[in-house]
Amino acid sequence: MSVFMALLRRELGTFFYSITGYVIIAAVAMLTGLSFVVLMLTLGNDPITMPVTQAFYQTFFFWLVLLLLSPVVTMRLFALEKATGTFETLMTAPVGDAAVVAAKFSAALIFYLVSWLPLLACLAIVQHYTHQAAALDPHTLGATYLGIFLVGCLFVSLGCFASSLTRSQMAAALISFVLGTSLFALGFVAKALPFTTENQTRIISYFDLFNHMDNFARGIVDTRAVIFYVSATFVFLFLTLRVVESRRWK
Amino acid sequence: MIQVSNLTKRYAGRTAVDDISFTVARGEIVGLLGPNGAGKSTTMRVLSGFMPATSGTVKVAGLDVFHDSDEVRRRIGYMPENNPLHPEMRIAEYLKFRARLKGLGWSKSRERVKKVMEQCGLKDAGRRVIGQLSKGYKQRVGLADALVHEPELIILDEPTIGLDPHQIRSVRALIKSLAGKHTVLISTHILPEVEMMCSRVLIMFGGRVLASDTPDNLQRRMAGGSQVIAEISAPQSVLRVACEALPDVEQFDISPAEGDFFRCALTAKDGKDLRPEVSALAMKNGWPLRELTRSRHSLEDIYVQVTKPKSEVVE
Repeated sequence: MSVFMALLRRELGTFFYSITGYVIIAAVAMLTGLSFVVLMLTLGNDPITMPVTQAFYQTFFFWLVLLLLSPVVTMRLFALEKATGTFETLMTAPVGDAAVVAAKFSAALIFYLVSWLPLLACLAIVQHYTHQAAALDPHTLGATYLGIFLVGCLFVSLGCFASSLTRSQMAAALISFVLGTSLFALGFVAKALPFTTENQTRIISYFDLFNHMDNFARGIVDTRAVIFYVSATFVFLFLTLRVVESRRWK
Repeated sequence: MIQVSNLTKRYAGRTAVDDISFTVARGEIVGLLGPNGAGKSTTMRVLSGFMPATSGTVKVAGLDVFHDSDEVRRRIGYMPENNPLHPEMRIAEYLKFRARLKGLGWSKSRERVKKVMEQCGLKDAGRRVIGQLSKGYKQRVGLADALVHEPELIILDEPTIGLDPHQIRSVRALIKSLAGKHTVLISTHILPEVEMMCSRVLIMFGGRVLASDTPDNLQRRMAGGSQVIAEISAPQSVLRVACEALPDVEQFDISPAEGDFFRCALTAKDGKDLRPEVSALAMKNGWPLRELTRSRHSLEDIYVQVTKPKSEVVE
């Protein structure tokens, strides 16, 4: 555990010591701000019946942030260490492969969550000016952040996996961007394709990230979605672990 | 301390290390000498548990590096080639992080970091950022990292490469001070370095260990032994007779040098050191002697020697 904590501290440190971390946070804050502006314009014109979080989520900036943020946050994790050689000093210290993967994943996830904090401020502003308690309903808000957390787990684990595959950060970012976007697009592809049987539609709907997040933003926590994200995260973390271990395969 | 038997490491289509065996006893400082691509780094990477051997076994302190990897890693302080560090961290912070990774407790790691920083001449540099350090300082940080958990075995891959002479000297002194307490395995391609620091040398070439002996023995075993150069002022014919009369001289050559001095190049039988005899000779006859040196064989000579077919030094 102490090894995990030491690793986690260092990984988090890298995010916050370098300017890159702050640039990423600033970029996300800007995108969140843009979506806030778009939201304000919509709210100014017509009254809406959906929760503010959902309205927020339906501005396309949300997915832009998600699809871009996770590759940028995770590309460094393994690729940079492999490129500079520190991976060798790391793996010749008495640390378990699982501890390394877990620490890197956790650090990236924490950083990802931190960069979502500005959203909270935007919601508070909406509530303050609309004088509607419903704008910042704790349940809806909790569900939204749970959704952000779960989708984040999936995308960050995917990024970890991509980063473990290569020593080039650029390649890692591209792999995780392509994988993430494909996963995201799956839901839309499903709708566009003329599936006839009910089973096909149902199976595809498990992968419908857009719909899942829509539910979370409305305050609905669907256990199927929760299980989907948790298990998919574990799958990618497991794959990452296998890649890290593969160096010791004969 | 280290037992390597029949170690082979193949990368895709290329054999980096080819069926080597050697042992290193506790407390020894052993130099792994060889040109680039001889398999030194690969051997060290296998020893440190970073990658597995294709075949053969490697044991450190009686433990297999592959099966008891964690236990072995706890006992090894390894500094890879090019000494990779995290440039954004501060020295003390980095060493503390490494100490914690290596399983040292909170207060123990504080104490050890302080100790190794003193040992490696980093005492007042703890707050400096690694990315802004000179090469020499970085090297010391790498060494401090290798030492921080008091490992039984220290493996250093080219610890003095890229340093200036002053830095090389301090690194050498540091490594020498580890003798006895720790077992040290160093790779290098600089012969004088090995002579200065190591009690034993393993010469690697083309993935094989070609020779293993003390530096002195290796030089003695060189065919022809060593040469002594003496510049003596005396009549040439008298000098010739005197040189012939020296008992251990196998062959000699006298040529005129600057002034009225003659340059005598004497080759001894079985690598004996002729210097005392030559100086005694000059003293006895009252000849001015202005230079007396023993030329040593360079690493290049040894490579040529050991890599020659049918070489007798092959173990």
